[in-house]
Amino acid sequence: MVGAGLVVIGVGIGIGKIGGSAMEAIARQPESYGKIQTAMLIAAALIEGIGFAALFAVS
Amino acid sequence: MQRNRIVKLATIFILALSFFSCNIEKEDDATKAAKKAERKAYIQHHLQDSYDFNLYSYKKEDGQKAHIGFPLPVILWDDGLKVFSSSKFHHGETVAEVGESFYKLDHGKIYKTDVVGAINYDETHHATNVKPLDLSITKGVMMIILTGLLMFFLFRGLARSYSKNGGIAKGAGRFFEPIILYIRDDIAIPNIGEKKYMKYMPFLLTVFFFIWFLNIFGLTPLGVNVTGNIAVTASLALLTFLLTNFTGTKDYWMHIFDPLGNSLPWYGKLILYPILIPIEVLGIFIKPFSLLIRLYANMQAGHIVLMSLIGLIFLFRTWMGGVMSFGLAFAISLIEILVALLQAYIFTMLSALYFGFAAQEHDHSEEAHAH
Repeated sequence: MVGAGLVVIGVGIGIGKIGGSAMEAIARQPESYGKIQTAMLIAAALIEGIGFAALFAVS
Repeated sequence: MQRNRIVKLATIFILALSFFSCNIEKEDDATKAAKKAERKAYIQHHLQDSYDFNLYSYKKEDGQKAHIGFPLPVILWDDGLKVFSSSKFHHGETVAEVGESFYKLDHGKIYKTDVVGAINYDETHHATNVKPLDLSITKGVMMIILTGLLMFFLFRGLARSYSKNGGIAKGAGRFFEPIILYIRDDIAIPNIGEKKYMKYMPFLLTVFFFIWFLNIFGLTPLGVNVTGNIAVTASLALLTFLLTNFTGTKDYWMHIFDPLGNSLPWYGKLILYPILIPIEVLGIFIKPFSLLIRLYANMQAGHIVLMSLIGLIFLFRTWMGGVMSFGLAFAISLIEILVALLQAYIFTMLSALYFGFAAQEHDHSEEAHAH
């Protein structure tokens, strides 16, 4: 249970960092918005998978 | 100042109220545990597929359970094909007699039993009765068929309206055209490439709208949870897997079994390849596997969260719980609408990415110059 919570915290930090970095990148280069967004979503989706794996391991 | 005081008083009042509501009834541990189990069973039941389409059930005044909905056909293969209506189960309460055999529902699964419907359990509480091969039209299967029909007629109608209007979208087409163009221009072409994307477009469009529609249906009060069923997402991911590997070019397979190409002499490969090739081969299977887990887990998690928030009403058992539950459930429902679209997008996007790997054909000498 505690482990799952830790994993979720980690996942939260990870996705937060991805989102933040994507924001910075978009602010620097607004013209490549589409590409950055796609890359961001893919990375976020991959990390999210780990979070779900942890949650399902608990339940 | 005046306003501040009112806010303070209201806060204290609400806090006091919530404290009061927590103490309103002291339950002993046994009933608490029983209620917790009941809530859990309720959530579980709503996530499961079922043999009838049950919209609503309630207890009549005489204590009998009444169900509003309709039964669906059950199709079993057990010494020959057996087709009967699921109303014979009476929602798992009675034994269904078909010809000379008897079947009973237990935890949402059909088991073969004797006349009285006895189900034997082993130590781990799994039923040991024989399970016949089940090909029933369950709620999920019905929704898949309906969505398929809906998509067929919707998009056929759209195609027709295009030819009638001289290439200009009309009606629902005005809504769907930008989405289809988005999938073509922002998902398929950048990932697969100008040359080959047309081959994969039908699959990408179908899978996108199929997942999206089913996700949205999952949020309606019909209570269907099709994309939250691992078998469904597994079949979708299997299609992506098969398409990727059967349309894989020579370069795709070279990338797996000879990932370093000419950049390493043969004795270097001898050391590295025993590690690299298994990783690449595993990657073939992990890619669709992550697809299936992601879609399944996201939809399942969304439904569990929604159900748990609705369960707050029964946890708090005051008006506070109702207000809280409504507010949270409403917010989560809005997020779920976004997630429904996002998951369909991610599935399509990653499928396109994998197809892009499969369709790649690069000139190695040109690449060497570029770097």
